[in-house]
Amino acid sequence: MTLATKDNRDSLRKLLHQVLPKTSILETDEQTRPYECDGLTAYQQKPWIVVLPETIEQVQNIISLCHEEGVPIVARGAGTGLSGGALPLANGVLLSLAKFNRILDINPANRSAVVEPGVRNLAISQAVEEFNLYYAPDPSSQIACTIGGNVAENAGGVHCLKYGLTVHNILQLKIVTVDGELVTIGSQALDTPGYDLLALMTGSEGMLGVIVEVTVKLLPRPEQAQVILAAFDDVVKAGEAVGAIIAEGIIPAGLEMMDNPAIRAAEDYAHAGYPTDAEAILLCELDGTHEEVTEQITLVENLLTQKGATSLRTSQNEEERLKLWLGRKSAFPAVGRISPDYYCMDGTIPRHQLPVILKKISELSKEYNLLVANVFHAGDGNLHPLILYDANIKGELERTEEFGGKILELCVNAGGTITGEHGVGKEKIDQMCVQFKPLELQIFHDIKHSFDPRELLNPGKAVPTLHRCAELGGMHVHDGLLSHPGLERF
Amino acid sequence: MESINRTQELQDRVRAAFNDKTMLEIVGGNSKRFYGNANTHKTEIIETRIHQGIISYEPSELVITARAGTPLKEIENLLAENNQMLPFEPPHFSEHATLGGAIATGLSGSRRPFTGSARDFVLGTKIITGKGEIMSFGGQVMKNVAGYDVSRLMVGALGTLGLLLEISIKVLPRPQAEVTQCIAMSQQEALVTMQQLNQSSLPLSALAYEGEKLYVRLSGASSAVSSAQKKVAGETLVHAENYWQQVNEQTHPFFESDSSLWRLSVPYVSNVNLNEKSFIDWAGALYWIHSDKDAEEIQQHAIEQGGAATLFRTHQVKTPNDIQERFPPLQAKIKQLQVNLKMRFDPYGILNFGRLYSDL
Repeated sequence: MTLATKDNRDSLRKLLHQVLPKTSILETDEQTRPYECDGLTAYQQKPWIVVLPETIEQVQNIISLCHEEGVPIVARGAGTGLSGGALPLANGVLLSLAKFNRILDINPANRSAVVEPGVRNLAISQAVEEFNLYYAPDPSSQIACTIGGNVAENAGGVHCLKYGLTVHNILQLKIVTVDGELVTIGSQALDTPGYDLLALMTGSEGMLGVIVEVTVKLLPRPEQAQVILAAFDDVVKAGEAVGAIIAEGIIPAGLEMMDNPAIRAAEDYAHAGYPTDAEAILLCELDGTHEEVTEQITLVENLLTQKGATSLRTSQNEEERLKLWLGRKSAFPAVGRISPDYYCMDGTIPRHQLPVILKKISELSKEYNLLVANVFHAGDGNLHPLILYDANIKGELERTEEFGGKILELCVNAGGTITGEHGVGKEKIDQMCVQFKPLELQIFHDIKHSFDPRELLNPGKAVPTLHRCAELGGMHVHDGLLSHPGLERF
Repeated sequence: MESINRTQELQDRVRAAFNDKTMLEIVGGNSKRFYGNANTHKTEIIETRIHQGIISYEPSELVITARAGTPLKEIENLLAENNQMLPFEPPHFSEHATLGGAIATGLSGSRRPFTGSARDFVLGTKIITGKGEIMSFGGQVMKNVAGYDVSRLMVGALGTLGLLLEISIKVLPRPQAEVTQCIAMSQQEALVTMQQLNQSSLPLSALAYEGEKLYVRLSGASSAVSSAQKKVAGETLVHAENYWQQVNEQTHPFFESDSSLWRLSVPYVSNVNLNEKSFIDWAGALYWIHSDKDAEEIQQHAIEQGGAATLFRTHQVKTPNDIQERFPPLQAKIKQLQVNLKMRFDPYGILNFGRLYSDL
């Protein structure tokens, strides 16, 4: 990687001014400060320069110029990512796609829409509502997060178990490659010949190309959707109830779990009517035709009662359904209100391991004397333990990160993964050394080099260098996991 | 149920081939060898069928992991015993078809527009690269964004990036009820009806048109299916399961022809018109067409529709109408990226070289 030296910074700045209007370039400290971090605020770095192009041609020009000058580029959507994937580089250009916020085409008959990357996730569903269609993936940040970032991170949400992740819900991408070429990946048809580059691009964290257009798949809105709120006096019972629902042959549209601290925080914030004395709640949404939902609601209610639910509440109308979800969807900000800081983990485990992992997290919580609020996509085993801490108390951040590292260690050992939907970014780069062997990391670098041989697109994210892993290897505390995985070391 | 682990043996073979630069042709159940470009290279066969067995299956996890050489039949039987299924309805084309072949070809059946494709359900893979290195990607969990999605990259790559050793697949419960309604109508009417149905919230699992009839398959809870059945109207098809199996396995009379079989993947809303007999599946997004027209004409027509045409089968007797590239041409930059990837996974081009494209 060539660093942007003083000399080529000056020449690149001049060139950028030639291809962009003055208002599309931010350079002063005051202007670039808002871009110093994404949703993971623990990491901060001001970019050298911020550019806000408005046309694909401008994006191509910017990338071509950076490529010629050997200056790295970090692409950014709404900056809601939780793994530092859009963390700027001190010597790099921050490429904001914020101005690409138009819906270009809605094609109800093809059940698709063509949108620019800066369109907000929820705005897509809102725009196609009149055709009785919607875009299925719904990350909790869907009010703010943009589709370009969703593709870059392969974002999930609470409806993944039934409707899949971003990778299952897009048809085509237009990307600008590192040499400035505009390329179409995928197609408007269901299958595209050749290697599945669409799958490779999805979740590639801005390392392979810059997304400038996305064609999303749309689904018909289900006739009916109802959610059951079930309370339990024991988290393990709630975990077992999850397995029982799946074993019954039912695929709920959403199946979420929260533990007591999360319930109390969410209730206090959203007033959704959650039972604050419950040890755990499950939110089980069923959708489909009227007949199907009515039939399955009864079935699931009975099942939950059998599995020890202490109370049940089923939404009777859309307003009530949305209210029940509001508590869950606002769980993160709700927890943010009760604690000065929190650290959100994102491991995934095989579902049957849920009760065991929950118990271990609870033990670790006592050991570290740090409260954990657990918010789970229980249906697909994706855990979001939120560790509550106060960064102003000396040593508490370090203890939190050590605790977080232990949780991810539990996930990997249980046959799961270090990240289910938030991405590796900067945050989990060291844990990649635990999840993958050197050969596998090498092929990731090879893939990167197939697209970006000089490592100019979002360098230093998502895939650690083998050198870094080797050095970490020498520092392992136990079981191959480092004690402070979040800390910058090299 | 046999379980035989031949990982070491397969790795040794690939390593040796890498050292000697011997080209290998990967063969599983030998059921889909017709698919892809004809082999014009001097190759040695490497068989995966012996590397078989289900490694893990936990019905409540909705995940099965098996060695690539495991017969599809065996997997489907086990899933059926637990009231589950492979949601993408992979075609077998022979009783010996293997899981590895299903994933390497990436073909999906009539359920595809409504539940997803082979690639959609792959969660993890273990492969041997063209350098003889064993690697694992993805896993057994539904959500996993650690590292690039190499597992899905393997789907449809026809073994040109790696020899599949193990595959983890997401499975789904079998629908409680399934019926097929058939309604006589013209192709024009059928295309409009398919679009309307495809935008509805009915519990659809297939929409096909052939022989002047629209076939509407409904799957789901019994109450939902019977209510939808009334809305769709038409006649209820008897032995519907056989019908869809014949379609999927291409044993349906439509597929009896002396002409080449083309597969056109197009947007749902298309105007495919080659003046040839066609079978329309995937709610209008897939056309099977028998034709001896020029490949270029057919491929160009598909491109104009926003899709792509593949020469799927040439007639076994009348082979002269085969072409060098059975898959449609790619944009230059896309091709370059794919060549770059091939070079990284298989630098000497020893794995199924030329089968997908003559230079991959």
